[in-house]
Amino acid sequence: MELELILNTIARALAFSTPLLWAALGEIYTERSGVVNLGVEGMMIMGAVVGFMVGQATGLPYLALLVAALVGTLMGLAHAFISITLNANQFVSGLSLTIFGLGLSGLLGRSYVGQPLNVAMKSVTVPFLSEIPLLGPALFTDQKLLTYAGLIMAIILWFFLNYTRWGMTLRSVGESPKAADTAGIPVNQVRYLAVAFGGLMAGVAGAYLSLAYRPSWGEGMTNGMGWIALALTIFALWDPLRAIGASFLFGAFFYLSFTKLQTVIAPELLTMMPYIMTIVALTVIALGQGKRAFGAPEALGIPYQRGER
Amino acid sequence: MTFLGYKLEPRTKPPGQVVFLYSFAAVLVALIITGFIFMAYGLNPFSAYATIIQKTLLNWRGFSQVLLKSVPILLAGVGLVLAFRAQFWNIGAEGQILAGAAAAAGVALFLPLPAPLTLPAMFLAGFIAGGLWGFLPAILKVRLGVNEIITTLMMNYIMLYIVRWLINGPWKGKLVRGFSESDKFPAQAVLPTFVGTRLNWPTLGIAILFVFFIFFLLSRMKLGFEIRMMGESPEAAHYAGVSFLTTTVLLVLLSAGAAGLAGVGEIAGIHKKLLEPTSISQGFGYTAIIVALLARGNPLATLATALLLGWVFASGDVMKVALRLPDQMTGVINGLLLLCIICIEPLLRYRLVRTKALPNSKFKETV
Repeated sequence: MELELILNTIARALAFSTPLLWAALGEIYTERSGVVNLGVEGMMIMGAVVGFMVGQATGLPYLALLVAALVGTLMGLAHAFISITLNANQFVSGLSLTIFGLGLSGLLGRSYVGQPLNVAMKSVTVPFLSEIPLLGPALFTDQKLLTYAGLIMAIILWFFLNYTRWGMTLRSVGESPKAADTAGIPVNQVRYLAVAFGGLMAGVAGAYLSLAYRPSWGEGMTNGMGWIALALTIFALWDPLRAIGASFLFGAFFYLSFTKLQTVIAPELLTMMPYIMTIVALTVIALGQGKRAFGAPEALGIPYQRGER
Repeated sequence: MTFLGYKLEPRTKPPGQVVFLYSFAAVLVALIITGFIFMAYGLNPFSAYATIIQKTLLNWRGFSQVLLKSVPILLAGVGLVLAFRAQFWNIGAEGQILAGAAAAAGVALFLPLPAPLTLPAMFLAGFIAGGLWGFLPAILKVRLGVNEIITTLMMNYIMLYIVRWLINGPWKGKLVRGFSESDKFPAQAVLPTFVGTRLNWPTLGIAILFVFFIFFLLSRMKLGFEIRMMGESPEAAHYAGVSFLTTTVLLVLLSAGAAGLAGVGEIAGIHKKLLEPTSISQGFGYTAIIVALLARGNPLATLATALLLGWVFASGDVMKVALRLPDQMTGVINGLLLLCIICIEPLLRYRLVRTKALPNSKFKETV
């Protein structure tokens, strides 16, 4: 009984952590370039609604995924334009993307509410690995392709960030834009790319919800996941590899809030945990040896303009 | 760089008329884009706006709805003006509204007080609870440099789930089977309204008083001076011996406390019970950010900007009922407004000036 609950939790936490992981990976790259995008929730929900609309019209879920990624990218570019080119307040810009996205997705998806998706993304069972006793069935049966793609993506992004020249360029722009500029790196172009990439990933995260996780459209179906992804970015200390564990943990909290544990702890109090843990994580980071040791980009949230100190 | 004899020059503080003109233009652009959305729904934008204006501004019942929606965003918004002036980016008004609502509900439901003391006690409890909900982010920012945008945002969700827990658990009404809400408040805990409307006048009065108080605080009192100095020139404030901790904590208590008062008004004036948090505040805490940004640091200006956003909310109801538009229109308009407002920011930072040479000498320059 107990074992079954644990294995079930592992399986469901993995499924639920997928959108969190995709969105958080995007935001990690965005923030590593020194830009904060509070619009994750808005980009996710637009990805979800557009993904569903395209999926329903064409019956091709992977084409829908592509279009959703494109929509996320466009919204990311809008944020980049406002916060980098116009040099306006990036926190407000992100927030307005979220408010706008939540509203617009409701408008666009109104006639789709309650429809099941005709062709959803299929579940996969990994051969051989799923036959491992106990953990095999939990981790490798009935999961979506995007779940594994997300895990592989995290590893690739981690490698790319830490061991390639391009990754170093990205980090230098987030740590010390002035030094990067002196070294001939086009700071704002790199930031544009990173913010657009963050949008792309959030679009995929949203599409996973409406095309795979729960193949349908419901208003506000991201349900604050974008904010959890933002929290996750901090909780994972801006490291793609740590994001895997962190998203799994947050996913487990969410799943547990629906289970028998309800009789012991109120579900609301479990759902609240990611938010509390983020504040705790921020506090611990601050109490520690300063920003650097923990990986927060030095120039996070600070616009870069040539000729200014 | 010169262009046709003119060049862009950075400026530190744009004059009042320019700010007003540009803000007005931004609002107009947002409303014009909304007009295109009306067209997408097969409506004539002019007659749609005519219907909205007729039903929100040209009769008292409709206008009372505008005021009804303006009150919470005015209270929360003017609080945010105070916080933003000190460069404290409080995004947590939504949670602070809910904290105020929850505390007031606690007083109304469980504290046996003489009838005339109940409502004042509710407002006091709401103010304190809202203020306390901003306390942790304030301390963390001053003491440890933790980004207040993230912490106040997280606090929103924590309070949302606390209220949900209260209405499903310990405070779930004994008489409301199946529903997730508290029992109805006793009559002594309900605010009086203007006859024939749902608009309660005590919260409206408190909101307007609070606006003038913040104005007075910022322009005349020592604390207000310290707040402005902290925001505009932290180094000078440091050398002048301003205590960042005390000042920040005080200003956040006022700012978040104002949002708490808004929460009290919502549940004691309209709902008369504690209920689902997204019904208590329909995003008023986030809308208050627009109110404060549009007011550009001027507390008195929130009187106008809160009315504008209150009008958007009331129009949302009209659009739903009279024009059969989906109720997500409010969110779309709010998002558009916010986008347009921040897009004019760079325009305010620069100005167009004529270069010294006379206009017709521009040809010489290019040669």
